[in-house]
Amino acid sequence: MRIICPNCGERDRREFYYQGDALALDRPAEDAGLEAWDDYLHNRDNPAGDTRDLWFHEAGCGAWLVVERNTMTHAVHKATLAEKVKA
Amino acid sequence: MAKLIALTPFAGLLPVIHGGIEASEVLPQRLMSVAPYAGQEKAVAAKLDDGLAKVNRRKGAVTWFGHGVWLVAGDVALDGLAAVTDQSDAWAVVQIAGTGVEDVLARLVPVDLRRGLFRNNHVAKTMLGHLSVTIIRTGSHAFEIMVMRSMAQTLVHDLDVAMRGVAAR
Repeated sequence: MRIICPNCGERDRREFYYQGDALALDRPAEDAGLEAWDDYLHNRDNPAGDTRDLWFHEAGCGAWLVVERNTMTHAVHKATLAEKVKA
Repeated sequence: MAKLIALTPFAGLLPVIHGGIEASEVLPQRLMSVAPYAGQEKAVAAKLDDGLAKVNRRKGAVTWFGHGVWLVAGDVALDGLAAVTDQSDAWAVVQIAGTGVEDVLARLVPVDLRRGLFRNNHVAKTMLGHLSVTIIRTGSHAFEIMVMRSMAQTLVHDLDVAMRGVAAR
């Protein structure tokens, strides 16, 4: 599996650290209520198919990326700098 | 007063020569990491003699050193514009040079460093064996490899094994 880092280009998966669902970027407002926070902290989908994950280019440029990939085919569709996704 | 004797990162480890390829120590006098504050990249570039190198590139004394970070060889004055840290003692730098040096690095580094793709002053932040390294091409058959100082001995060991392997072919 290879990930195309927006800074470094195509790199081996071993250079990256996996964090989890990119949902983590959508932090609820402080007063959003218990249910929203419970969702944000604990509840994750477990899709068979397309996912959006956070990866860290640990052994490379040190950027956080949002990687779109498919858990069925192992295809990696796209990687974007997390700072640009968050905006 | 005790008299302290400074040791360089590769003291007693380099140079290593096999098959016409030589690994030797580079001693930068001063290395400052420069991480411009949000929106200050242009202002920082204007303050540096060599500007800020592009991503994956070195320009003069300035080397791209990761996402939003540059390493400047020399002192900088960037108060209010960038987070600056003196890292002079943090990095061990090797120059490895000789015909076929790409074959040595190909045994250790997953990135294609051949001349057609990786030219002078190109920078790659990647792995060498298990080490996180920064590799810069400094000439047609020459590279600079930067590694955290504590990894100096491992780097020399890995390079030595690869150089022997290539020389034995």
